[in-house]
Amino acid sequence: MRIHRFEKLWLAAAFVLIAAFIATIVYGSLGAGVAMVGDEGGTVDPDDPTASDNFREPGVYQTGDGEYAVYVEARQFAFAPGTNEPIRVPADAEVTFYVTSSDVTHGFELVGTNVNTMVIPGQVAELTVEFDEARTHHIVCHEYCGAAHHAMEGTVEVVSQDQFQSQDVPEVNEE
Amino acid sequence: MTFVDKFPEEAKLVRWHFGVGFVALALGGLFGLVQSLYRTGYFRDALPIDAAQYYTVLTGHGVLLALVFTTFLICGFFVWAITRSLDRPLAHQRVAWAGFFAMLVGTTLAAITILNGFAPELPFGSADVLYTFYAPLQAHPAFYVGAALLVVGSWVVGAEYFLTYREWRADNPGERIPLQTFMVLATFVMWYLSSFGVAVEVVVFLIPWSLGWISQVDPLLTRTLFWYFGHPVVYFWLLPAYLAWYTILPKLAGGKLFSDPLARVVFVLFVLLSTPVGFHHQYTDPGIAEGFKFIAMTNTFMLLLPSLLTAFTVVASLEHGARQRGATGYFGWLRALPWGKPSFSAMALAGLVFAAGGFSGMINAGMNINYLIHNTIWVPGHFHLTVGTAFALTMMGVSYWLVPQITGKQLQHKTIAAAQPFVWVIGMTLMSNAMHRGGLAGLPRRTAKPLFRGEGAAPFDPVVGSIAEMQLQIAVGGTLLFVALAMFLVVMTGTWLSRSGVGQLSVNGTIPAPLSGPADSPRILDNLKVWAGIAVVLVIIAYGLPLYSMVADGILSPGAGLLAPLLGL
Ligand code: HEM
Ligand SMILES: [Cu+2]
Ligand SMILES: [Cu+2]
Repeated sequence: MRIHRFEKLWLAAAFVLIAAFIATIVYGSLGAGVAMVGDEGGTVDPDDPTASDNFREPGVYQTGDGEYAVYVEARQFAFAPGTNEPIRVPADAEVTFYVTSSDVTHGFELVGTNVNTMVIPGQVAELTVEFDEARTHHIVCHEYCGAAHHAMEGTVEVVSQDQFQSQDVPEVNEE
Repeated sequence: MTFVDKFPEEAKLVRWHFGVGFVALALGGLFGLVQSLYRTGYFRDALPIDAAQYYTVLTGHGVLLALVFTTFLICGFFVWAITRSLDRPLAHQRVAWAGFFAMLVGTTLAAITILNGFAPELPFGSADVLYTFYAPLQAHPAFYVGAALLVVGSWVVGAEYFLTYREWRADNPGERIPLQTFMVLATFVMWYLSSFGVAVEVVVFLIPWSLGWISQVDPLLTRTLFWYFGHPVVYFWLLPAYLAWYTILPKLAGGKLFSDPLARVVFVLFVLLSTPVGFHHQYTDPGIAEGFKFIAMTNTFMLLLPSLLTAFTVVASLEHGARQRGATGYFGWLRALPWGKPSFSAMALAGLVFAAGGFSGMINAGMNINYLIHNTIWVPGHFHLTVGTAFALTMMGVSYWLVPQITGKQLQHKTIAAAQPFVWVIGMTLMSNAMHRGGLAGLPRRTAKPLFRGEGAAPFDPVVGSIAEMQLQIAVGGTLLFVALAMFLVVMTGTWLSRSGVGQLSVNGTIPAPLSGPADSPRILDNLKVWAGIAVVLVIIAYGLPLYSMVADGILSPGAGLLAPLLGL
């Protein structure tokens, strides 16, 4: 089988390109530590997520020095917390979101950031973020979840460490 | 001799497939127009739907265009390709017709349940579940039965290709498989392997669940089965376009295909790699370990290889064609191509747009970059370049060339036809660039009203441009696309209804032999059994463990134990 010289060159360039892509992503995932969603969150009973060890009563908890956990329950058509009351977390702290759904599949994204996950009944999405700026982030449900899907939104208020101390947040031990 | 005169029965089969596909295209395109005017806020109040019905429209758009239009056009186009390249009639036409009717009945069932969303007081169920139908959103059982019939019908039509090939093989032992036939068979090997996933999802889980026979299904397991099919399906759309670009386009350019063996290698790579990649649609899904997502990503990037090879071969073949027509210079040959011929310009522009779609696809495929754009309007921006143009516009180009041959009638309204591909591309450029940029600013997809209720567009922070300008481009682009679609349908209807036998057809179906033929390429390339076997092994590596763990934690409900829900525990 005859392969033209230009074709060989092109083929070699294509391989280099592919290798470069994969290398970039590997570096981005391991080196720069970009948070991604995996299976760490575990599973829960979709009808009663809080009954499981993998999920708590929705809300913000302090889990250590400068470490916080936020449990969010999504259901048609609100995030609890997030929609009726904003999620308040401190800046410059390690904030881990645990998000699940007790009805259909939803999405959870902080607009314009890479805090972005599917919210699937029975699964807990776990993702850790550090906000380095005090500001408001908007939450959007980005997966179609029913007739009023477009109305499903919320806010995350990132406040400075000082402002946050004044709040009382329950402390828990996460293993 | 024209195709319709030589193979009248096969031509009829192709006509019916195309006809149904065009009806789906017309209705789906109308829905697309409604979407682009509703979600951007233009004429929202003038449109006869409310926000909840936006999702009825969106379900109709996705199902009619991505599933119905594509499948009918592909199955019909392949009937032509098999018959022409084997130069013999189908082995058992009745098999192909049976498949066609199964697809038609399935489409009708699904369409009725979807359209009933506009008149919910009527007793025909509802199916506002979008074309991905993620459980536990539930549709009427007829919707799932319809979807299953559409897929199974395509399998039956596909069986006809293999049966015809078998007869040809019996008469021609030892000969190389003709290129178009090889491409058809390879595409369908891939299709059988991958659509099996959605068939299991629908038949084993969703139909029994929608009928109330089982009380629940596992949302993660069913969506994983969907995406097991959901990525390869894009190659089911793309490979027929490749078939057209490899075999028809060079001829239209006045030349011939550069290399037959390379084309075979490309299709073999797709057979191997198309399926074990579905997790790249689930990068942001909980419940799937990152390692499996990583394997899918590696395979996805490897899939760049056959597409880059295609880009090379197609461009080289076009250049060869242009030089045959007397062109000179490094880029001068581009001007010598027959841009005024709609069949050529539609396919060539589709290929060009696909290159842009390939770039945005590489962004999607990056596991971590994906987090920035997952489920934003970027994603529809991407696939309107691929299935929405690379496939759809190529099939329009094919139609300009093939419909005269399957009807025996001259193409009508040639001026409208000549302008149509350009109008489409202008509309798509406006709509798609705005969708990509909107997605980077976080604008969500699949929503009747993308802006925040209290704050409008304020939370979105575009890198380039403004949200208002993007919305305008989406609305204007969508309108132009609809105009281009209407132009295409006017040409098709005009041609179909015109009188036959008027003068000599200006197109013919002969396809010149490639510059380098298959003779000196390894015979193993033609051995689809070997490639199918390796493809199955790759699928088991990519999917075996994750599927096992999803099933082991409760087949119908996660966190319950394998058979707990079945045993009523
Ligand atoms: C008249 C031409 C078209 C227009 C104006 C149009 C417009 C749109 C718009 C605005 C959306 C986004 C809706 C949303 O996410 O809220 C959309 C989604 C979509 N379009 Fe099109 N489109 C056109 C043609 C096509 C074609 C030819 C195809 C495929 C062959 C296609 C396939 C899709 C699919 C699969 C979706 C996603 C549906 C979903 O998210 O469930 N479109 N279209
Ligand atoms: Cu939603
Ligand atoms: Cu994909």
